Formats: sequence, structure tokens, C-alpha cells
Amino acid sequence: MDLVTPDIGLIFWTTVSFAILYFILAKFAWKPILGAVNEREKSIKDALSAAEMAKEEMASLKADNEKILNEAKLQRESLLKEAREIRSKIIADAESEATEKANKLIQSAKTAIENEKSAAMKELNNTVVDLSLNIAEKLLSKELDNKEKQQENIQEILENTKLN
Amino acid sequence: MSTVFAGTEKNSDEFDVNEMIMHHIKDSHEFHIMDINGHAVSLPLPIILWTDNGLVSFLSSAFEHDDSGSVIVSRKGQDFVKYHEKIFYANNNGSEKFISYDANGNIINKKPIDFSITKMVFSMFISMILLVLIFVSTAKTYSNSRKGEPTGLGKFTEPLIMFIKDEVALPMIGEKNHDKYMPFLLTLFFFIWINNVMGLIPFFPFSANLSGNIAFTFVLAAITFIITTLVANKDYWKHIFWMPGIPVPMKLFLAPIEFLGIFIKPISLMIRLFANISAGHIIILSLISLIFIFKSLWLAPASLFFSVFISLIEVLVVAIQAYIFTMLSALYIGSAIEEHEH
Repeated sequence: MDLVTPDIGLIFWTTVSFAILYFILAKFAWKPILGAVNEREKSIKDALSAAEMAKEEMASLKADNEKILNEAKLQRESLLKEAREIRSKIIADAESEATEKANKLIQSAKTAIENEKSAAMKELNNTVVDLSLNIAEKLLSKELDNKEKQQENIQEILENTKLN
Repeated sequence: MSTVFAGTEKNSDEFDVNEMIMHHIKDSHEFHIMDINGHAVSLPLPIILWTDNGLVSFLSSAFEHDDSGSVIVSRKGQDFVKYHEKIFYANNNGSEKFISYDANGNIINKKPIDFSITKMVFSMFISMILLVLIFVSTAKTYSNSRKGEPTGLGKFTEPLIMFIKDEVALPMIGEKNHDKYMPFLLTLFFFIWINNVMGLIPFFPFSANLSGNIAFTFVLAAITFIITTLVANKDYWKHIFWMPGIPVPMKLFLAPIEFLGIFIKPISLMIRLFANISAGHIIILSLISLIFIFKSLWLAPASLFFSVFISLIEVLVVAIQAYIFTMLSALYIGSAIEEHEH
């Protein structure tokens, strides 16, 4: 029975000892130790979250890069397309212009030819008139006596000239 | 062990195992170191008594190693005798015997209130000094380190501290409140553990069975009880006196059981530590005593083998008991401040 009867003296000293020990250790041991441990845990957590953030940033940067690259590709594509369009347009334009120019040239050439032709005709007419006159003169001078024949000749010449 | 043997030899030739073991696991007013040629060498400890005439103190050496109530020490006009490690007022009725008994053999002498620095109190002071030395120097190693990493002693003690934090405080009390109770839990754990370990070391200045003493475990359990009761929230009391979510007859039935539970929990703490540590000491002492019971040296190897084996188990047991006491304290505190969601 003695063994399970708490001794008042030991109760007193245990209480006092535990209280003193608690205050000494709490102030000079647990506070600095737990403080250091918590601080370290916090810094580790911070470092981890910073690393995570950096990773995310990297990922977003990568995504951005890809986006930019895609955009550039699209732009290149559209530029090429545009260029192709421009080229074909230029070609088409040039073609039509050339055709037009050629047509014009042909037209002007035709006009010039027409003009030349009419001029030539006029000159021919004049020449023919001169020739006729000359012929007539010569004929007149040669065959003035032969009236009938003369008239026949002239008629013939005139008709020929007109046919021309 | 032989020291105790020699001590009991004086009274009778028969070796009294029971007395030897009880003598060992109980408290004492002097710290017995060893016997040289049958002469006890011990450290006298101060005896402090609250008597009818006020405070009285003297060294236990005044009793001249007497424990049978035959040496009187007179102080402040009062006579004291020591009988089975208890201090009594001596009978001064003129007879030779200073101790009187009633018809049932119980001592009827009056006792002063004994606040002596006994072997256990002395051992407790040593454990306090050790703890302060260990953990204050641990704390110092942190200020030397660059980024709060443990150096030196901290490398050894920090895992223990982190064990209490991660395996006891966090799961039992919870993330939010555990910081507040960490100093208590740490002090409790290391105080119990170091005294358990010191009790296992069989030579001076250790070997005191402090954590196997009911007064010691009573105080620690009482502190847990007081903390639990003081910090308990409304939910805790509601769950005791009017358990929600069950029919009224069951509520009435459960209330007294739960109410008793408030006291049974710390009492179980007290008895568990006391019984485990005392039992460990008793087993080791019994195994050693086998040699003296059978009076044969041939038994010594077996006896030693078993006591070493049990001692090794005890090394484990004392750590586990310190852990269990701390964990259950944390659990009780945690359940008292837990916020229930219904």
C-alpha cells in the first residue's frame, strides 16, 4: 500500500521542479529551437513555392514563345499568300496592259496604214491624172486627126483609171 | 545490488527478496552509493520537515544510517526517528522503543510533513540540470548555424523534438493550436524520458526509481488534467454531459460515464507510467535476486543474461512509456479544444 500512496514531499518537489523546468526550457530552449525550426520550415516552403512559381513562369514563357512562333508562322503564311496574289495580279495587270498597248499599237498602225493608204491613193490619183494628161497630150499631139480613135482611147484610159 | 543485500543481511540470515526490491524502488533519505567492508558509503541528503514548531532541517547523516527508529535526532525541542524511510516524532514516554504500535501493528506515532530532498528529489534535480544543459546548448547551436540547420548537439536532439511535433502535437492537437502546447509536451516527454533512463542506470547518482513513483506520475497526470479542464471548450463539456446525436435515455446513461472519464483518463496516465516503470525495475531486480534465492553462483550467468535482456527491453519500454504519456496528454488536450462539426 505504501507503494501506491503518493508522498506529499515528492508531490511538492515534482510540481516545483516541473514548473521551473517548464519555464526555463520554454524560454531558453523550446522558443529558440522551435523558432529556428519553424523559420527554416517557412524558408523551405517559400523556396519551394518560388521554384514552383519559376516553373510556372517558365511554362508560360514557353507557351508564349510557342504562341509567338505560331503567330509568326501565320504571318509568314499570309505574307507569302499576299505576295503570291500580288505577283499574279501584277502578271495579270501586265498582261492586260500589254494587250491593251498592243491593241493600241495595232490600232494606230492600222490608222497610219489607212492614212498612208489614202495618201498614197491620192498621190496615185494625181500621178494617174498626170500620167493621163501626159498620155492625153502625147495622144493628142500624135493622133489629133483620128478623132474617133482619140475619143475611144480617152474613154478607155478614164475607165481604167477609175477601176484602179 | 550487493549493497542492498548487505543491508538486509543485518536483520536476518534469510535473504528477503520482497524487502530488497521494495527498498530499491521506494524513496530514501540518503543516497546509498556502495558498501565498503560492510560499511555503507552514502550521500547524506537534507531532511526538511514542517513540524508543529515550524520548519526543521538537518542532514540525513544525523540518523547514522539507521532506518529502524532507534536513533533520535533532536531539533527545536522535538525528537525525530526514521523508520522504513519515514520520519516520525519519537515517543518520549521513557521506554526504549521510540515507535509505538496499535493492536493491528500500525504505527501510531505522529508524522511531521516531510519535504526532504530525498534520493528521488535529488535525482530529479540532476535530471533537470541535464535537461537544461542539453537543450539550452541545443538552442545555442541554432544561433551559430547559418540557415537554422541543426549543428552539433542539435543534430541529435532535433529529430526527437521534430518527432514530438510531427507525430504527437500535429496529429493530436492539430495545425492551428499545436504551437501553444509544444513547450509543455516537449518538457513532459523529455522530463519523463530522462528520468526513466536515469532509473535504469544502476549506479550513483542515478538508479532512483523516480518515474516509477506514484507521486511523480500523479503530478504529471494532474498537470495534464488541469490543462485539459482549463482549456476545454463548450463542445467538450457538451459531449460529456449531453452527448449530441443520440436519444435522450442514452444521453442520461452516458453522462455519468463520460463524467467519470474526465478523471479516469489522467488516472490511467498516472497508473500506466508508474506500473510500467516499477514493473521493469522489479523484474530486473527479481532476476538478479535469483542468484541469492538459489544461493548458487552457477545460476549467475543465466540470471545476468536475462537481466541484461530485460534491461535492453526496458530501454525501449522507457522511451515508449514517455512517448505514450506525452501522446495521450496531447490527445486529451486535443479532444478538449477540438471543434466539432455536426
